Amino acid sequence: MMKNKVDIAIIGGGIIGLYTAFELAKRGVENIAIYEKRYIGSGSTFRCGTGIRQQFGDEANINMMKRAVEKWTTLGDEIDFPKFKMAKTGYLFLLYDEKEVESFKRNVALQNSLGVPSKLITPEEAKEIVSTLDISEVIAATFNPTDGKANPFLAVYGLARKLRKMGIEINEYTEVKDILVKDSQVEGVRTSKGEVKADIVLNAANAWAKIFNEKLGLNIPIEPYKHQGIVSEPFKLGEIKPMIVSFKYGGAYFTQKANGGLIGGIALKYGPTWDLTPTYEFLREVSKNFTKIIPALKHISIIRQWGGYYAETPDHNAVIGKIKEIEGYYLAAGFSGHGFMLSPAVAEGMADLITKGHTTLPFDFYDPYRFERGELREQPIQMG
Amino acid sequence: MVDKSKVIICRCNDVTQKDIEELIDQGITDIEMIKRLTHVGMGPCQGRTCIPLVAAIIARKTGKSYDEIGIPATRIPTKPVQMRVLVGDDDEE
Repeated sequence: MMKNKVDIAIIGGGIIGLYTAFELAKRGVENIAIYEKRYIGSGSTFRCGTGIRQQFGDEANINMMKRAVEKWTTLGDEIDFPKFKMAKTGYLFLLYDEKEVESFKRNVALQNSLGVPSKLITPEEAKEIVSTLDISEVIAATFNPTDGKANPFLAVYGLARKLRKMGIEINEYTEVKDILVKDSQVEGVRTSKGEVKADIVLNAANAWAKIFNEKLGLNIPIEPYKHQGIVSEPFKLGEIKPMIVSFKYGGAYFTQKANGGLIGGIALKYGPTWDLTPTYEFLREVSKNFTKIIPALKHISIIRQWGGYYAETPDHNAVIGKIKEIEGYYLAAGFSGHGFMLSPAVAEGMADLITKGHTTLPFDFYDPYRFERGELREQPIQMG
Repeated sequence: MVDKSKVIICRCNDVTQKDIEELIDQGITDIEMIKRLTHVGMGPCQGRTCIPLVAAIIARKTGKSYDEIGIPATRIPTKPVQMRVLVGDDDEE
């Protein structure tokens, strides 16, 4: 039987909801429930490109990601699931003109000042990292060895298994229809399986977050855009260790997964839309751009293509924080393609915000009210 | 007795009957999660061979109906396609 009264109700069984529940439980909150309309991970987490990087161009995202990587590194042990491991195989940005090099030099200097060991390297050094690269047009690259990737399936499964052992209720195939509010105070949620009382509700529904906000009369701009990814047949392991990024070639990003297949995508997007049908245009453009970066990929077969949402805000940074108009209502959504990689830091900060009222992480940067004040942030470095 | 660790359910990703049954015994009975933990149905065959077998194992072990079990999404391309074909460079052989 689903509980009809909890302390904290979390909408969304993706990585943000699950990880935040874990951080709350570690802080002694016992009575937490998660509501997921399909199966855990099904919204955006299971559709993500697996990358985890600290090579951003602004202080807030770099600091958040630095903390996130520390937490990703120890997550497997923390949840008694050593099978989950972040692979620190690095991110390699390929640069093709002086303007790009200048801007990445500034990024590297900022990253280094915050303790991220990224560096500017030569095309030849890039080729030492990935021998199949075509460096004929590349004039420089940046590489950070402590960036990498992780398997979202294992992260979600491992967290959920741990949460269930800790007595936290995860309700799959249970859709939240409404957030219940009385006298500007959260009272609970109405789900497809009945009403649940709760003094605190966290909206971690990412692309779907706006549906609840709009019903509550809150205008926080988050829109779903269709992005896509592909996976190839497996090939010799170790050929493409880092995540390779090229803005010149379609905003392409790709790496080799642990099972030997390639995973990645390009910046082609559609929307705002709820449609996730894969497009032939994407399949063709992915192939064109990937094979410009590594010509030998021509001989590799694509075996799967899928769509997923980037829940985008006007400045492509998430909205994270407490909603002032409604006591007990918190929001962590609109991750614009960076939710998986950011999730450990978001969860830690959100758990502190809920239990202590503040966090040392730079949540001000993600303030939900920046749009109505007209204070858009600089767009983060973004692929896909 | 058949050695279930030698009964291959998914030829693309080397998943055995034992692998599937162990997950079900741990309480993982959602075909979507079984798929993601073992990668059944995510290889070049797109699940043509393995998914009906996995559904049958779940049905037998849990008593769930095929309707309840459901079928995970199949993805395009239905057959593996080399990137050189997609970029229009398929005449080199």
